[in-house]
Amino acid sequence: MIEVEKLTKYYGPKAALIDASFTVKKGEIVGLIGLNGAGKTTAMRILTGYMPPTSGKARVASYDVVEKSLEVRKRMGYMPESTPLYTDMSVRDYLTFMGRIKGIDRRSIRHRVDDVMKKTATTSYSNNLIGTLSKGYRQRVGLAQALIHDPDVLILDEPTVGLDPQQVHEVRKLIKDLAGKHTVILSSHILSEISMICSHVIIIHEGRIIAAGAPGSLSRGNTVRMVVRGPERDVRMKLGAVDKVVKVGCKSVESGLGTFDVDCAPGADVRERLAHAVASNGWGLLELSSGGISLEEEFLALVKKEVRI
Amino acid sequence: MSNLLTMTGKELRSHFVSPIAYAVMAFFLVLSGFFFATAVLFSQDSSLRYVFSDMSILLLLIVPLITMRLVAEEKKSGTIELLLTAPLRDGEVVLGKFLAALVFLGVMLAVTGYYALLIWIFGKPDWGAIISGYLGTMLLGAAYLSLGLFTSSLTQNQIIAGALGFALLMLFFLISWVADFTGPQFSGVVRYLGFTDHFDDFTKGVIDLKDAVFYISVVAVSLLLTVRVLESRRWK
Repeated sequence: MIEVEKLTKYYGPKAALIDASFTVKKGEIVGLIGLNGAGKTTAMRILTGYMPPTSGKARVASYDVVEKSLEVRKRMGYMPESTPLYTDMSVRDYLTFMGRIKGIDRRSIRHRVDDVMKKTATTSYSNNLIGTLSKGYRQRVGLAQALIHDPDVLILDEPTVGLDPQQVHEVRKLIKDLAGKHTVILSSHILSEISMICSHVIIIHEGRIIAAGAPGSLSRGNTVRMVVRGPERDVRMKLGAVDKVVKVGCKSVESGLGTFDVDCAPGADVRERLAHAVASNGWGLLELSSGGISLEEEFLALVKKEVRI
Repeated sequence: MSNLLTMTGKELRSHFVSPIAYAVMAFFLVLSGFFFATAVLFSQDSSLRYVFSDMSILLLLIVPLITMRLVAEEKKSGTIELLLTAPLRDGEVVLGKFLAALVFLGVMLAVTGYYALLIWIFGKPDWGAIISGYLGTMLLGAAYLSLGLFTSSLTQNQIIAGALGFALLMLFFLISWVADFTGPQFSGVVRYLGFTDHFDDFTKGVIDLKDAVFYISVVAVSLLLTVRVLESRRWK
């Protein structure tokens, strides 16, 4: 649905995006993640046709975003960062206007507006001025506006920023419900959010894509984390001797408590044997969890590694 | 076409919900009413000639107030990004904004129609001169509006847009003064660029195609420049 090839964007001499390439399949929810200023918004603005790349190509539904911009825009719903809205219009008037300029005809517009207001739970505010709505409801109206013409592709720039936890939860649920029917690209700098909603993650750092894949594949494989009370060197040796264990790393030792990351062969579940190894040596096992390192740690590690290079 | 109408409708709505519009309209009506009353009282003239001349100066002050927010406000709030990523052409956005401002000006001038009505009740109006006067004022106003719209597209600060618009209108308004100092080879060109010379004939009841073409050209060039400014973000 979306193909991006070696996209590069310079603002003057400053590069905002360098050689970014990725593809998004139909119905996927893809998260762009990166620190502030990493190039997420730039990538999105290029995809929406708001501005062209300095070099490289991007296609949405097989239309080039520069040459066939109007065709792309017909198929795209966009919610810019900080959700700009006309504050002096009522929700209904605003959605009607946005729907009309996106090509919905006069007869079906009323029905479409009712439909998206229901979907975004804004029906009870339909006659309120947007300026009087809370941030959470504005965000919903912004989302409703993006959905109004039932676009194939949705581009959402930081859709949950500035919301309270309840609203964040609701907006996330809303976005998740869109998967399958719509292809969604969203950006965020909250990793847990991305791993919750997205089927695919792209990590951008200083304009470059430094990692991409499913949220699970980004967390470092099959790792078991253990907190053990015992002498560090002995623990490492004994754990390393367990069958199918590849490597044991010690993360930290604090007042006799060592935190160990045990990398195991793919597919192997050695948790019981690890527990046994600790117990049979008379050490204390305080914690044992699998699932590897969280995306958050991985992200920070990737960013740090990149910086060091 | 439908896009253009939708755009114009939305802009028109935003003119009439904004308190600025009513303040501007009140300012215009009070002052032009004052000029009408004094002109009729002292000149005993049943044409609206002097009133139209006064209006051309009032509009100079008022039009930047109408146009300053048109694009600047959308740039500031970020809504321009939504407009420009909707399946709309940049030209439709600009033309819609211009047409709505023109309708607003038309409504404001229509309210002054009661001047003609009063003259008709108490005297014998020269309808030809009145109609050509209104036509000239609309054309002049259209030229002002298009220049104001252009300056509004240059910045996201409404005050700067307004000040710039006012300066540009002043320049075109006063440029014919320069003609007195330039040599004979330039004075014709300079005089041609001035707004006032083209306007005077209309107030006297003369509709000259040459003058109409001048104002329409100013509108066309300004709107085209505005579209180019919006497009400039797409330049690599």
